[in-house]
Amino acid sequence: MQRIGVFVCHCGTNIAGTVDVKAVAEALKSEPGVVVSREYQYMCSQAGQDLIREDIRENKLTGIVVCSCSPRMHEATFRKTAASAGINPYMVEIANIREQVSWVHKDMAQGTEKAIILGRAAIAKVNLNTPLTPGETPVTKRALVIGGGIAGIQTALDIADAGFEVDIVEKQPTIGGKMAQLDKTFPTLDCAACILTPKMVDVAQHEKIRIFSYSEVESIGGFVGNFEVTIRKKARYVKEEICTGCGLCTEMCPQKKVPNEFNLGMDNRRAVYIPFAQAVPKVATIDADYCTMLKSGKCGVCSKVCTAGAIDYKQKDELISEKYGAIVAATGFNPISMDKFDEFAYSQSKDVITSLEYERLMNAAGPTGGKLLRPSDGEHPHTIVFVQCVGSRCEACAEKGKEYCSKICCMYTAKHAMLTRDKYPDTDVYVFYIDVRTPGKNFDEFYRRAVEEYGVHYIKGMVGKVVPEGGKLKVQASDMLANKQLHIDADLVVLAAAIEPDKSARPLATMLTASMDTNDFFTEAHPKLRPVESPTAGVFLSGACQGPKDIPETVSQAGAAAAKVIGLLAKDKLTGNPCVASSDELMCNGCSSCEKVCPYGAITYIDKEFRMPDRSTRIRRVAQVNPAVCQGCGCCTVACPSGAMNLRGFANDQIMAEVDAICK
Amino acid sequence: MKVSYFPGCTLRTKARDLDLLSRRCAEALGVTLEEIDDWQCCGGVFTTARDEIATKLSSVRALKAAKAKDQMLVTVCSACHNVIKQTNHAMQTDSDFALRVNNYMNIGDPENQPYYGETKVLHFLELLRDVVGFERVQAAVKNPLTGRRIGAYYGCLLLRPGKTMAMDDVENPSIIEDFLRALGAEPVIYAMRNECCGGYITLEDKGLAAKKSSAVLADAKSAGAEAVITACPLCKYNLEKNGGGEVPVIYFTELLAEALGIKED
Repeated sequence: MQRIGVFVCHCGTNIAGTVDVKAVAEALKSEPGVVVSREYQYMCSQAGQDLIREDIRENKLTGIVVCSCSPRMHEATFRKTAASAGINPYMVEIANIREQVSWVHKDMAQGTEKAIILGRAAIAKVNLNTPLTPGETPVTKRALVIGGGIAGIQTALDIADAGFEVDIVEKQPTIGGKMAQLDKTFPTLDCAACILTPKMVDVAQHEKIRIFSYSEVESIGGFVGNFEVTIRKKARYVKEEICTGCGLCTEMCPQKKVPNEFNLGMDNRRAVYIPFAQAVPKVATIDADYCTMLKSGKCGVCSKVCTAGAIDYKQKDELISEKYGAIVAATGFNPISMDKFDEFAYSQSKDVITSLEYERLMNAAGPTGGKLLRPSDGEHPHTIVFVQCVGSRCEACAEKGKEYCSKICCMYTAKHAMLTRDKYPDTDVYVFYIDVRTPGKNFDEFYRRAVEEYGVHYIKGMVGKVVPEGGKLKVQASDMLANKQLHIDADLVVLAAAIEPDKSARPLATMLTASMDTNDFFTEAHPKLRPVESPTAGVFLSGACQGPKDIPETVSQAGAAAAKVIGLLAKDKLTGNPCVASSDELMCNGCSSCEKVCPYGAITYIDKEFRMPDRSTRIRRVAQVNPAVCQGCGCCTVACPSGAMNLRGFANDQIMAEVDAICK
Repeated sequence: MKVSYFPGCTLRTKARDLDLLSRRCAEALGVTLEEIDDWQCCGGVFTTARDEIATKLSSVRALKAAKAKDQMLVTVCSACHNVIKQTNHAMQTDSDFALRVNNYMNIGDPENQPYYGETKVLHFLELLRDVVGFERVQAAVKNPLTGRRIGAYYGCLLLRPGKTMAMDDVENPSIIEDFLRALGAEPVIYAMRNECCGGYITLEDKGLAAKKSSAVLADAKSAGAEAVITACPLCKYNLEKNGGGEVPVIYFTELLAEALGIKED
């Protein structure tokens, strides 16, 4: 039998104003197991805590019930109080008579009755509580960052600067991501390459950072502090450690007709290539889909010209296994396909392009050397129509677009419009919009400049149809403010395509058992208070994989994710939560119900030998919970048909005792 | 196989050949079109007023007649198809509308069984694609239309509203192009193929109808089409009378009959 002390708090008048605290203390005195019951003005104060400690010693208490505020507020406080007086902290229960009683009731009699009932339930539970001890696990002091765009780069640099080792896995031959393809960046118009490439070099030179480029994560096991990851380093048919990046092979390769993905297919590259001049690592890669040598065994030009002898046609994919304490998802975004938006004639005319393609057209390192020329005939366009929200905020057409706002398009379209008018004052620039959304430091001022200083025609309304005709693009649109139909003969139409998470995010989330929303963006642990953590312990989120983001926001979030990783890696050992699930092997029938509902992948099955009553042995499949991964949500205890699964500290009999006490 | 068939008024008057060739082609492909007894005009336009019941009753009667025979209901005219499919969709999804329609149908017929949109409605093109299959159509072709460059003209009623008609992607459709490929012809893709021909506006403002229709044909011509095909009698009228006559406009069934070798029977 427990010896229980009950402590009823007034919380000034917060509780005592609506609850007769003396009556509560008095009523709870006669509950089973209660040896002492008191009330006090501020139980969480030093004096209140001393009162509890004194009673523990004098009355040899084994359990504590505090009737006070929410356990989210002071459960930890009272657990520490109990521990300092020598009893197990998990023998403390809180009855919440503030948020659940005094703050929501006005009638004293009703409030008092409810407070007594909640106190009674807590006492019934403490009677069945057992001391619990949290386990400890060691932490591998190395982080894995998946994705080498600006989000991954910034996160890796921040973690490495704090002194921890970081590996970056990037599926492309170079890090840099989307930002490397951009021309200028809003709102200050500094060139993307000028601010990104120094960071790429920092990553390459940092002694704590390793880059696995042209590599993908193959599998992830383990749990927070102890992830085991297999990385597939794809064969690039070039020995990375020998290649000097001189580029001779990329000039001599006879296969010249390979669409250049870095320029979004607007020009061609060779079968052996370096994506762009500032690539990191600056190493050539052979594209196996186009290389004549790899396909037919006849050629070998690159091997002959390579003075370093780096070409290796026999190279195979390599699997690397490594341990990590924390994993950061930084898988980024892509513009959606324009295949289903044929009203804009994207597939019919070369002069209808996406904003990212426009970015390459404006870029000095792009297919036109930075000259604004029409892709169809290389002529200078005089009338350009920008269409915003192509596939964004597309509630009625969810099967082809996205319901959400892609957030970055208003600003980059203002940037494109402004830069175009600045460089080519002879062009007429129209922007069609649903709303212009430019919150952010110096963002709205930027947009106003496009309208007021640069004379960009902003028209509220959408484009309904683009018809290519005789070298022109006939744009039909509505001007909603003037209530007019507009017909514009344009030379170039630029579509601000909605953005979506990279396709690799979904399989990665499955490997991480991290949750995603319906749009395949990673879900954060709390949308406001834990925005860079996944609900899965040890998994963190950086950049647009969590939601559409511009560069300033991505860099801030990348730093925040790094701070969380550093906080985790700085610990030598992780203290677990002892309130985790455990399975009674004798009752478990191995049905897998619990494994299917577990959101964290904490449950596995083993075949175990059991001795039967007749002394024979039998092998049965039973569930096992990994306490380091389990978050104590309790889904499995509800799903288990045989009642074998139990949550420590919230066992089925404890919950039932509480319910019984309330319903008595 | 047998399916219920709703020809519609125009196929009895101005578009007799559309009706005749549809039946003949279907028969050649192993499908018998069984005309519904005592059918009435579909109403011509699906009124979007949700409390407008009377003009939709004839469609519901046709749908019920097909249900009684446990058959799909096939139409050829784009407008009939649009009205009947939209009415059927409203019967499935709008319980208030369905109740009021069924109350009307009960008048004078206490034995009447309520109808809730159980019949499957198909356009003749959908019948070819989803039931017969374009590969079977292709196999039945005797005179392939090799080298003929034909533009598909969808107009507005055939595909829209997209979710209700559930026939094809409204902005980038392919059903008629796939049909043309099955016949051996070369489909010509042009931007105006799913724009409106002007429709009934021709009664009030011939100039506007001419503007719409001629824009369609001019675009088809500049894309290299030697003819355009349609499933809609009203589109055919507008394109021919108001569209400038630069490109011949023919019913899709005429090409089908020609390819199957049964046009002149």
